[in-house]
Amino acid sequence: MTQRITIDPITRLEGHGKIEIFLDDRGDVERAILQIPELRGFEQFAVGRPVEEMPRITPRICGVCPTAHHMASTKTVDAVFHVEPTPTARKIRELIYNTFMMEDHTLHFFFLGGPDFVVGPQAPAAERNILGVIGKVGLEIGGKVIRVRRECRDIINYLAGKVIHPVCGLPGGVSKGLDEEHRVQFLETAKFAVEFAQFALQVFNDIVLKNKEYVDLVVGDAYKIKTYYMGLVDDKNKVNFYDGRVRVVTPEGKEFAKFSPPEYLEHIAEHVEPWSYIKFPFLKKVGWKGFVEGAESGVYRVAPLARLNASDGMATPLAQAEHDRMYETLGGKPAHNTLAFHWARLIEALQAAEAMVMLLEDKSITDPNIRTIPTATPTEGVGIVEAPRGTLIHHYKTDEKGIVEEANLIVATVNNSAAINMSIEKAAKAFIKAGKVSEGLLNLAEMAFRPYDPCHACGTHALPGEMPLVINIYDHRGGLVEQLKR
Amino acid sequence: MSNSKPKVAFYWCSSCGGCEESIVDLAEDILKVVAAVDIVFWPVALDFKKKDVEAMPDGSIAVSFINGAIRLSEQEEMVKLLRRKSQLVVAHGACSHLGGIPGLGNFWNRETIFRRAYHTTPSTANPEKIVPLEKSIVDGKELTLPAFFDTVFALDQVIDVDYYLPGCAPPRDLILNAVSAILGGKLPPKGAVLSPNKSLCDDCDRNASKPEKLTIKEIKRPWEIMLDPEKCFLAQGVICMGPATRTGCGERCIEANMPCRGCFGPTDQVFDQGAKFLSALASILDIDDEKEMDRIVQTVIDPAGTFYRFSLPKSILQRRRMEAIK
Repeated sequence: MTQRITIDPITRLEGHGKIEIFLDDRGDVERAILQIPELRGFEQFAVGRPVEEMPRITPRICGVCPTAHHMASTKTVDAVFHVEPTPTARKIRELIYNTFMMEDHTLHFFFLGGPDFVVGPQAPAAERNILGVIGKVGLEIGGKVIRVRRECRDIINYLAGKVIHPVCGLPGGVSKGLDEEHRVQFLETAKFAVEFAQFALQVFNDIVLKNKEYVDLVVGDAYKIKTYYMGLVDDKNKVNFYDGRVRVVTPEGKEFAKFSPPEYLEHIAEHVEPWSYIKFPFLKKVGWKGFVEGAESGVYRVAPLARLNASDGMATPLAQAEHDRMYETLGGKPAHNTLAFHWARLIEALQAAEAMVMLLEDKSITDPNIRTIPTATPTEGVGIVEAPRGTLIHHYKTDEKGIVEEANLIVATVNNSAAINMSIEKAAKAFIKAGKVSEGLLNLAEMAFRPYDPCHACGTHALPGEMPLVINIYDHRGGLVEQLKR
Repeated sequence: MSNSKPKVAFYWCSSCGGCEESIVDLAEDILKVVAAVDIVFWPVALDFKKKDVEAMPDGSIAVSFINGAIRLSEQEEMVKLLRRKSQLVVAHGACSHLGGIPGLGNFWNRETIFRRAYHTTPSTANPEKIVPLEKSIVDGKELTLPAFFDTVFALDQVIDVDYYLPGCAPPRDLILNAVSAILGGKLPPKGAVLSPNKSLCDDCDRNASKPEKLTIKEIKRPWEIMLDPEKCFLAQGVICMGPATRTGCGERCIEANMPCRGCFGPTDQVFDQGAKFLSALASILDIDDEKEMDRIVQTVIDPAGTFYRFSLPKSILQRRRMEAIK
C-alpha cells in the first residue's frame, strides 16, 4: 500500500511550498518532492519598461530580500548603459548591501534557524521560536536582536528610501549621498553590528558546538549531500557579496569554473519539471542528471556554506578566523553538511559587519560625486550579486532607447531548488521508517530545508507560534488515516 | 487563548512577502498587537489548515488582512473562504488594493508568460517543451498545482472589500492606525482607503518649488540629469506621479531623491490614476499649441507602464474579458 504524506503549506520559497512524501508498502520513504505553486512572470512583464525602472520593479520579486534585487538590477542597468558607478557611489552601494546582509543573516539565525538549536530540535514546538530563544539567552539579548535589525534597516531607509523596497539605484551611481553627521551615526551602528555578530557566533559556539547531540546532527549523514558549490569571489578568491566573478568548485573542492557575469549562460542552464512552477538550475558543462548528488550530477548549491566552499576564505580578518575554526571542526573544505549553512551564515554576517565599519571609517564615502551620467547607447547587460540566499543573476537586453526587449532572471533560492528537494528526501528517508511519523520527525524533516533559508525567513518564528505544518497520511484509496499537526 | 479577544487573520496571495515584513517591522509594537488580538490564521507564522478556517462559524473572524494580487485558483478559493468567515476584510498593500507590480502581468496572458518563463528564456534547457501542469504523474504518483489565471485581479475584483491599506509596502504608522481604528471600533465608512484623502504633492516638501506652469520642452528620464534634491521633479522635467497619487507614505522615495511611482493609488475623487496623471501633466505644461503638446507627451517613455505601474488591473485599460479559469 502506497502512502502519501502532504506537508502543506511549508514556509515561503519565493512563494508558497508544499512537500509530498510517498511511502512504499513497507512504510519507508520512496520519494519526497517539494512543489512550488507560485509564478508571477517578471521576465515577461519587464518587456516594454524603461530599463532604469527595473531596479524599482524587480525588488517586488521578494519583499524579504528586495535590496538584493535592487542591487543586482542596478548593476545590470550600469552594464546596459556601459557606465561605471563613481567610487563614492560604489562605496554607498556596498554599504547598503553589507548592511542588508548583516541584518538579514543575523535575523535568520535568531528568528528562524536558531530556534532549532538554541531551544533544541526536541523542544515543544510552541517554544521553538524567537520567544523561546529569548527565554534561553535572556531578555537583554532579545532587545539587542530587535535593535540591530532596526538600526541596520534605518541605514537602508535613509540611503535607499525604503527598506521594502529600495529606490536609490541609477545607472552610474545612486540618487542620494551620505553626509558627515550620518556617517558618524552609522559608524556606531556598524561597530555595534560587529559586536553583535561576534556575540551570535559565541551563542552558536556555546549552545551548538558544546552539545554533542547537536554536533552529531550537524556532521551526520542525514543532512549531508555532496554537490558543486557556487559563489562570487573578489580578485583574491575571497567571499564578496556585491561584486566579482562567479567561482564554482567541485564536490572535492577543486576549481571547476570561474566566470564573469556576461558569461553565465555558458555555465548555467535551467531544467523544467511539470509538477512545479520553479525551475531547476544546473551546471551546463556537467549536465542535468536528475535529483542526484556527486560530481557526475550538474546540481550545485549556493548561499552561505556554498559561498565559503567556493572561496579561498573571507575578505575580513575576524571572519577569516571564524572561517578557519569552522572548517577545522567540520574536517576540511569543502564541507557538505547542510546544517553548517547556519554556521557559515553567522561568519558571513561578521564579514558584512566588518565591511560596514571599513566603509564608514573612510571619510571619502561622504564625497558628493555620486553619479556619472551615462552617454553610451544602451544595449545589453548582466548583473550578479550574492543575495543572502545565493547567487542572484539579472540579465536585460534593450533597444537603443533603453526599453527592455528581453529579461532573464535566475533568483537566489531557485539555484538551490534541486538541492533542497534532495535534502528533504534524504532527511525524510533517514527519519521516517516503517510508516512511523511523529511530531519530532516532522521537525527533523523541516530542518532539512531551513538551512537554505528559503526566502520567507523572517516572518516565520517571529511571533508566538510556529511553522505551519500539517502532515496527512492517506491510504491507497485516498482515505485519511492519520493527521499530524502542530 | 481568550475568546473575548477579536480574532484576526492574515493571508497572502500573489505577493512578494514585503507586506508580511511590514508587519514584522512593527518590531516592539507587534507584541502589543498580538496581546490585543487572537491571531487565528497566518500561514507564515502560525499553525493553520484551510479546514480549520472552514470549521469556523461564518463571520467569526473580526478582520482579515489580505495582501497580494489574485492570480491562482488556490488564492481565489482562500479569499472567498476568508470573506465568508470575516466581518471585515482589509486589502493590505498595493497588490491587493490595485493589482500592484504583479498586475503588470495584464499586459500579457498566461500563455505568453509560460512561454517566456519555461521555453524562451536563454538559460532554460527544455527540449521537450514541458510546462508546469495542474495535474502531472511522476513515477506513477499524481501531483497537482493550482491553476494559473490568464489575468491578474485586485482583491475587490474577486470578493467584497471593506477597507484598503495602501502602499508598497504600507508604512508602519498607517498599519498601526488601521489596527487601532478597527480594534477601537472607530470605523471609517466602508470602502475607505486608510490614508489621508489628498495628493502627495499637498504634503511634499518640494511643493513650494513647483511652478504654476511648467516651461519644460521635453520629458527627462531620471538617469539623464543630475537630480536636484530640493526641486519639484516635474519642474525638472522628470515624471513624478505625485499629482495623481494619494499621500500618507511619508514621501520616502522623494526623501531618497527619486520621483513617485504611485504605489498608494489615486485619491477618492479619481477613478483612474493614469488618466488623472495625464490630465495633470497636460494642465501644468505651459503650451497652447496642440501639436507641441502632443510632441512633448510623445516623449514620455512607456506611459501605460509608468502611469499604471501599480494599478493596471484596476484601470480603464483593463481587459474586457476577464477570464477566471482557462
